[in-house]
Amino acid sequence: MQKKISSIPFAGTPEQEAELKAVIAKHIDDPGAVMPVLQEAQEIYGYLPIEVQTMVAEGLNVPLEEVYGVSTFYSQFALSPKGKYNISVCMGTACYVKGSGEVLDKLSECLGIEAEECTLDGKFSLTACRCIGACGLAPVITINDDVYGRLTADMIPEILEKYKD
Amino acid sequence: MYRSNVLVCGGTGCTSSDSLKIVDKLKEEIAARGLENEVNVITTGCFGLCALGPIVVIYPEGSFYSMVKIDDIPEIVEEHLLKGRIVTRLLYQETVEEDTIKSLNKTAFYAKQQRIALRNCGVIDPEKIDEYIAMDGYAALGKVLTEMTPTEVIETILASGLRGRGGAGFPTGLKWKFAAANDADQKYVCCNADEGDPGAFMDRSILEGDPHALLEAMAIAGYAIGATKGYVYVRAEYPIAVNRLQIAIDQAHEYGLLGDNIFGTDFCFDIQLRLGAGAFVCGEETSLMTSIEGKRGEPRPRPPFPAVKGLYKKPTILNNVETYANIPRIILKGADWFNTIGTEKSKGTKVFALGGKIEHTGLVEVPMGTTLREIVEEIGGGIPNGKKFKAAQTGGPSGGCIPPQHLDIPIDYDNLLAIGSMMGSGGLIVMDETTCMVDIAKFFLEFTVDESCGKCTPCRIGTKRLLEMLDKITKGQGTLEMLDEMEDLCNYIKANSLCGLGQTAPNPVLSTLNYFRDEYIQHVVDKKCVAGVCKDLLEFSIIKDKCFGCSMCARQCPAGAITVTDYTAPGKKKPAYEIDTAKCVKCGACLPTCKFGAIIKG
Repeated sequence: MQKKISSIPFAGTPEQEAELKAVIAKHIDDPGAVMPVLQEAQEIYGYLPIEVQTMVAEGLNVPLEEVYGVSTFYSQFALSPKGKYNISVCMGTACYVKGSGEVLDKLSECLGIEAEECTLDGKFSLTACRCIGACGLAPVITINDDVYGRLTADMIPEILEKYKD
Repeated sequence: MYRSNVLVCGGTGCTSSDSLKIVDKLKEEIAARGLENEVNVITTGCFGLCALGPIVVIYPEGSFYSMVKIDDIPEIVEEHLLKGRIVTRLLYQETVEEDTIKSLNKTAFYAKQQRIALRNCGVIDPEKIDEYIAMDGYAALGKVLTEMTPTEVIETILASGLRGRGGAGFPTGLKWKFAAANDADQKYVCCNADEGDPGAFMDRSILEGDPHALLEAMAIAGYAIGATKGYVYVRAEYPIAVNRLQIAIDQAHEYGLLGDNIFGTDFCFDIQLRLGAGAFVCGEETSLMTSIEGKRGEPRPRPPFPAVKGLYKKPTILNNVETYANIPRIILKGADWFNTIGTEKSKGTKVFALGGKIEHTGLVEVPMGTTLREIVEEIGGGIPNGKKFKAAQTGGPSGGCIPPQHLDIPIDYDNLLAIGSMMGSGGLIVMDETTCMVDIAKFFLEFTVDESCGKCTPCRIGTKRLLEMLDKITKGQGTLEMLDEMEDLCNYIKANSLCGLGQTAPNPVLSTLNYFRDEYIQHVVDKKCVAGVCKDLLEFSIIKDKCFGCSMCARQCPAGAITVTDYTAPGKKKPAYEIDTAKCVKCGACLPTCKFGAIIKG
């Protein structure tokens, strides 16, 4: 899958860097450490900008190419930052046949961004995700940890209203 | 001893509708009435009837409350638990008969089911190992370690006829036999819990509802092939399952059911969790093993097969969650018992995740050989809103669409293959007349194009070209020659791809081309999408005789395509409006604004 790479400047703090270095130190002797280190790095920074991937590559003493290869291969790794509220629209088959495509279109219209993008104010990001398994509630979206099911496109503006602040 | 047990579903479907808050509220209300020593609240795994969630069941009565809201809890506690009066209003209405309440097992949804893999889901608290042990848990592991040789275990699994529930249906016992025959200093037992098929959630429900069954079966497999280490490769998207698996592993360690010298024998076995990171191809066995090694999850050519060179180049077996869930039962009840269930070549039961346009979305476990009609019409309760059945999709992106004329075939591995679909892991999505089959084929192709790992050309470029052609057809730019070209390309991709993903990716296209060619032809020749899905082929228009001239639609139209005419329909006061199809962007914004049903699409 083609990944969107963020043009938003990297804004990591020294504290985050220290945390990342500790993670690298913990895994440095494990075989195949790249994946678990990237998973923890993403928890620290929220996403994996090239600066973080470079630190991981140098820290683990593996080529950046290999780190980049792994980070772009798995859809869980985000190369763009997530908004304060991350909206995931389930695109599993059960949701799709019940109209999740229209729900995604409506969200993208309301927020002015496409899937896999983040609004300029950093408030909302939009993801079209794989089946989350709540097929009984299809179509489903999640906004951070809140789940909204049995949706139709016209319910979207009202839901977004709850996240105004 | 408690006089009442309240079971609340803690599966992903129900927790998404706040079932965990219902648990808190129940406990609060029960405590407020001083009943906490009489009434026990238990969070269980999935009951299967996800469409009716959140689900609360109260025993000993067996009252099945469905779609429970937090506000209903005080009434349930006060009336049912304190005063002993069942709140009939809130029960699943199918269990309510004039003067009695039917057992859940007699309702249409459950009556035809036979639960082996799901036997403990919705029955026990998955976070308590004692509850699993009370249901004969770990008795099979005990029997294997103390009474059977590894060869006897493999012979039993072979004789049972169990086939892999993850997709292709390879005989499980044979897989074990091959791995057992290869000598090595280290062997591995892996479990594929990376359930990636969109619309499939049976493995998740087993992980969430009965995690110990998986651990027990993996230990049995370890004993059979001579392995001491196991990995469960589980999707990171299933946080509840990951959490419960970890709890189960820790508890099993504490009880000495995993670790060193299990049951006081020489047998040692340990299990680790590995989290996937969202790559569909990692459901393919060689990719999954590469991913456990921490690399890009790309497949490898076979041979060598994993039974010879698998994880870290050591002999490895890989089975999926549902396959493992059957193992303890087969050991305890015997191969002959299992062998009597199912069809000639497909033994036992199969769990299906029933979804899409169906009344009872949920999990069903039926004996192999049950017909699709029984599943859709009886268990599934048919199609909502009086719509007509058009197709059932099985096998996810690797499977195909089954048309109405095949509703009566008994479902098993071989019959599904014969009609161009496959068992897959068990997703079963029902489609009605408002589903466009070309669009569905395109939906699955988009999925495989996204998920193709890119290693081999037939899959990487072939599926992309296929998708481009499908896209043209849904936009009205297709030709009849294109349909033949697509068929050729499909067969080429199937024959030449490296792994299972590419070899099966064309199935949704081939099966729809085969059974719904008319619909493709309509898209190509008539430039019409009868299901009303393909936007570019839609035309919006106003029935002038129904139009009151209120102008609501014209004000909503973002393209300024709706204008007033000089025609006033008989009995109406204002002139009617019309849509200029050249200007119309087919957004559909006008449709909901019309209160008089004067706007139509098609």
